[in-house]
Amino acid sequence: MDRMEAEDADVVARARDGDMEAFRALVERHSRGLFHLAYRLTGNEQDAEDVVQETFIRAYRRLDRYESRAGFGTWLHRITVNCAIDLTRSRGRHTPPRVPAFEEHPDHTEQLPAHGPSPETVVYSSEVRRKVGDALDRLTSSERTAFVLRHFEEKSIEEIRTALGLSENAAKQCIFRAVRKLRRALGPAMSPAR
Amino acid sequence: MKHLEQEELILCHYGEAEDLAACRRHLEACEECRAERDALAGALALVDAFPVPERGAEYGSEVWRRLAPRLVETKTVSRVRSWPLARSWAIAAALVVMLMAGFVAGRYWRQPAVTEAISAPVRERILLVAIGDHLERSQMMLVELVNASDGQAVDLSAQQQKARQLVEDNRIYRRTAAGAGDAAVAGVLDELERLLLDIAHRPASVTQSELDAIQRRVEAQGLLFRMRVIGSQVREREKAAAHNSPQGRT
Repeated sequence: MDRMEAEDADVVARARDGDMEAFRALVERHSRGLFHLAYRLTGNEQDAEDVVQETFIRAYRRLDRYESRAGFGTWLHRITVNCAIDLTRSRGRHTPPRVPAFEEHPDHTEQLPAHGPSPETVVYSSEVRRKVGDALDRLTSSERTAFVLRHFEEKSIEEIRTALGLSENAAKQCIFRAVRKLRRALGPAMSPAR
Repeated sequence: MKHLEQEELILCHYGEAEDLAACRRHLEACEECRAERDALAGALALVDAFPVPERGAEYGSEVWRRLAPRLVETKTVSRVRSWPLARSWAIAAALVVMLMAGFVAGRYWRQPAVTEAISAPVRERILLVAIGDHLERSQMMLVELVNASDGQAVDLSAQQQKARQLVEDNRIYRRTAAGAGDAAVAGVLDELERLLLDIAHRPASVTQSELDAIQRRVEAQGLLFRMRVIGSQVREREKAAAHNSPQGRT
């Protein structure tokens, strides 16, 4: 059990006893991580916000069913995955992601040195991000979820299998298909035009 | 030398290969597989460029501000059912029935029908408003059900009465959505209808374990969430339709 989970245990116990301030502390502690996961799963900012809200509503209703051996963060992640899958299924497809252009992305603009990257590099970076967004969006819901959990969240195949309710082989196949599709889509992006 | 399959390279990249040490030894010895591994790693490194919009340190508090009223709502919704909402709903439902009747009449008998007096954009808006209200009412009933109090036997007669009313309306909207080719709305309404029928046909008094089973079904399907999503999409479409129609512009 890591430090965050150990800290969660006491707060979760109080939240289960009806302490709203304790639940509030859990929301404040886990929101950002869940937003990152939800955004990678949905590729859409508004959808990610909806998924975060729904995750906490479901968690609140099911607090009495939570078993502490799973780790509260892990449990919330599973709920987020299910919410994102429900959302994409209800739409029948992914909403096309809106990948921010380089100039719009606050992380990058703040980090620009006085002598920033060349215009070619900026255009290339922006183009790569667009291609990655498009490629992720073309994955099926289960391929994208399995890939995001493995690649970004560094979950094991066993954890992914459990989260998605799949056999080990099916979970692996989802990841293989996702990686193959991404490689095909991103192959041309790997050599920037000079 | 037998080269590594792409699947083995992927598992090796993520440290999940069954025999990771053997996989790595092979990569050290085999230039061809190494080049393939590097190409794979290069493509996956590009994926890391996928940006996630940053959220500040206050984000958790913002989430809580939006969330807190909804948590309270899940506990109190059973007391907020109001007559004005029911009345507006009944008017909307009646309008939809009239519109559909008018549509059928106009189509088969080529007689001047009620729909001819109402333009297509206005018809669409009325339908969207009606479906949005229907989803809202259904959500409220399901939230009441999910939050029904614990006890030896739970009386569901109030929820069943609502379910019976909702199922008739739901049937009309489901068919309309399916006829219009709106698979997402029709799909959610189809699942909702099955659940409503199940609730309506149960005995009025159920045991706690039966209630738990219904609640698990609602939650397992994520139906409430999907209804909320579809409901908000319908509202957005209704707003867009209002904006685009001549009557809607002010």
